[in-house]
Amino acid sequence: MPVNKTWVLAEVLHGKPSTIALELLTKARTLGGATEAIVLSPEAEQVAATLGEYGATTVFAGTDQGYADLLLGGPGADAIASLVEQHSPDLILIGSSYAGRDVAGRLAAKLDVPVIANVLDVGADGDIAAESSIFGATQVVRTKFESKRPAIALVRAKSFAAESGGGGAPTVVPIDVAIAEAHRGARVTERVADEAAGPKLEEAPIVISGGRGLGDPKNFAILEELASLVKGAVGASRAVVDAGWVPYAMQVGQTGKTVKPTVYIACGISGAMQHTVGMKGSKNIIAINKDADAPIFKLADLGVVGDALKVVPQVIEELKARG
Amino acid sequence: MNVVVCVKQVPDPNSTGQLDPATKNLRREGVELVLDPGDEFGIEAGLQLAEAHGGQVTVVSMGPEKALDAIRKALAMGAAKGVLISDDALRGSDALSTAKVLAAAIKREGFDLVITATESTDGYTGTVPQMVAELLGVPAVTFAKGLESDGKSLKVQRQTETGYDRVEATLPAVVSVTASVNEPRYPSLKGIMAAKSKPVDRLTTAELGLDGVGGATAGQTIVSVEPAEERKAGEIIADDGEAAKRIVQFLEATKVI
Ligand SMILES: Cc1cc2nc3c(=O)[nH]c(=O)nc-3n(C[C@H](O)[C@H](O)[C@H](O)COP(=O)(O)OP(=O)(O)OC[C@H]3O[C@@H](n4cnc5c(N)ncnc54)[C@H](O)[C@@H]3O)c2cc1C
Ligand SMILES: Nc1ncnc2c1ncn2[C@@H]1O[C@H](COP(=O)(O)O)[C@@H](O)[C@H]1O
Repeated sequence: MPVNKTWVLAEVLHGKPSTIALELLTKARTLGGATEAIVLSPEAEQVAATLGEYGATTVFAGTDQGYADLLLGGPGADAIASLVEQHSPDLILIGSSYAGRDVAGRLAAKLDVPVIANVLDVGADGDIAAESSIFGATQVVRTKFESKRPAIALVRAKSFAAESGGGGAPTVVPIDVAIAEAHRGARVTERVADEAAGPKLEEAPIVISGGRGLGDPKNFAILEELASLVKGAVGASRAVVDAGWVPYAMQVGQTGKTVKPTVYIACGISGAMQHTVGMKGSKNIIAINKDADAPIFKLADLGVVGDALKVVPQVIEELKARG
Repeated sequence: MNVVVCVKQVPDPNSTGQLDPATKNLRREGVELVLDPGDEFGIEAGLQLAEAHGGQVTVVSMGPEKALDAIRKALAMGAAKGVLISDDALRGSDALSTAKVLAAAIKREGFDLVITATESTDGYTGTVPQMVAELLGVPAVTFAKGLESDGKSLKVQRQTETGYDRVEATLPAVVSVTASVNEPRYPSLKGIMAAKSKPVDRLTTAELGLDGVGGATAGQTIVSVEPAEERKAGEIIADDGEAAKRIVQFLEATKVI
């Protein structure tokens, strides 16, 4: 059963489609059949051209202000469910962001169809199947969607590389599903950004992450200093995020961000699988840990058994001396 | 405020999970089963709200007989009542089946607020809370790292990719909480004793009036399970004072500096 139509839910960030939306469109193009996008944002029409360039031939655009002011889960699932009824897609790809997970869960319940989460790859030769990782990405499971359609896949960021397909302007189809009163019960009153200066964690060529081994929140300052010298970004393990040392936006791992920098430097991080799932795709990994048996060394291209609080400042000195 | 907290029993997160190669279900034999550590934050959040605004906390779990231990722990922390839905047919349930069962049990109890963790430690689909909310027809405020209430409405700090959103929600609602939301209490000895006599309803899917749930109805089938590709370990050196130089050389070699 080949795929006739794949949909991608595209989120909008700062007036542009989210990177993961472009990754998903790139993948959708390879599945055969039509590639179409759904955008629910007051800025939906502005991003349609880019979505077209990455492969969407049709963009369903919902521009209700409510998509920005309310939580997207309820209104998003309603809008997509009504489109599904009219257009019967076989597969819906949704990025595993916060809003993405909310929409996917509600949509699956609404349509009574399965959703597979933590997806790393999808295939559609014969059956529609998804590869996902379980147990902290130590094992890869291939799951086939049975006959119920659409199949919904919640895909992790950076599972595919985004490549423009050179497509032209898509047909923009307005979505005119009214937002149900019931969804107005929860609204966003303020959006607070606590991301640090410098390059974004997901885009930086060097990511320097700290864990509980740094001993004290103030020691993150040395990671910040190193990051600013090499134009990198600072990440963290969940242990220190939960402890309130650093904001959640810095968390790398299963419940945090997925990063694939050229170099990832783990300082005082043990290497629990829930952390490594978010960074093991890095091209090179350096680990600094006191404990020679720390699991992080199993992934490291360069492992230093030592005190991060000594080694990192020495690296900073070396770099400064080098000019 | 009557709060229902969804709790799950999971294999001890400190042991590595495994799927049974034959049934492709989670292997539960030979591993210690514990209340999902992530659920303790939900129980704590529920207890704090009930203490501040009156009402009580009921914990609902879907799982085998043994999951009673997880419920007992929640009761020992201070929940008033437990509901356990066990049924052979539920083996191999997917997220949607689980959500249907939980939603039916929650409806039967009545609720002002439903609290879950953001994701279970063993399955981590992270979609059950949203599904439950859809089935109950209420908003889902997910990924709460801060939660306050005046008894009638909620103020939530909801994690986002770049920081957090302040969200205001009316009740009834579903909220999923992260580990930053509070510091869960330990069950006291008195709590542990009291838990033994607290009521636990035991239900089957038939008693909830559900059919078409469970493993046999799952819309998906696992076709294979394989070990993920491993990275090769590289060079490991002890820091003899020269490690920093080696790191800088490595960075130069990869051309990031
Ligand atoms: C459902 C679920 C989801 C999760 N999601 C995530 C996630 O997204 N991201 C994540 O990171 N974790 C996640 N975790 C938590 C994860 O299991 C680990 O608990 C966490 O990653 C540990 O953080 P850590 O390495 O900083 O701390 P620890 O495990 O305590 O390790 C600290 C390390 O520092 C070393 N050390 C101590 N002092 C020094 C020093 N001076 N110099 C150098 N090294 C030193 C120690 O040897 C040790 O190896 C999740 C867990 C669960 C259950
Ligand atoms: N079998 C279950 N019984 C009770 N609660 C559950 C069950 N499965 C999932 N949940 C709740 O839903 C949350 C998210 O689970 P999941 O979607 O499986 O990651 C969990 O942390 C629990 O609070």
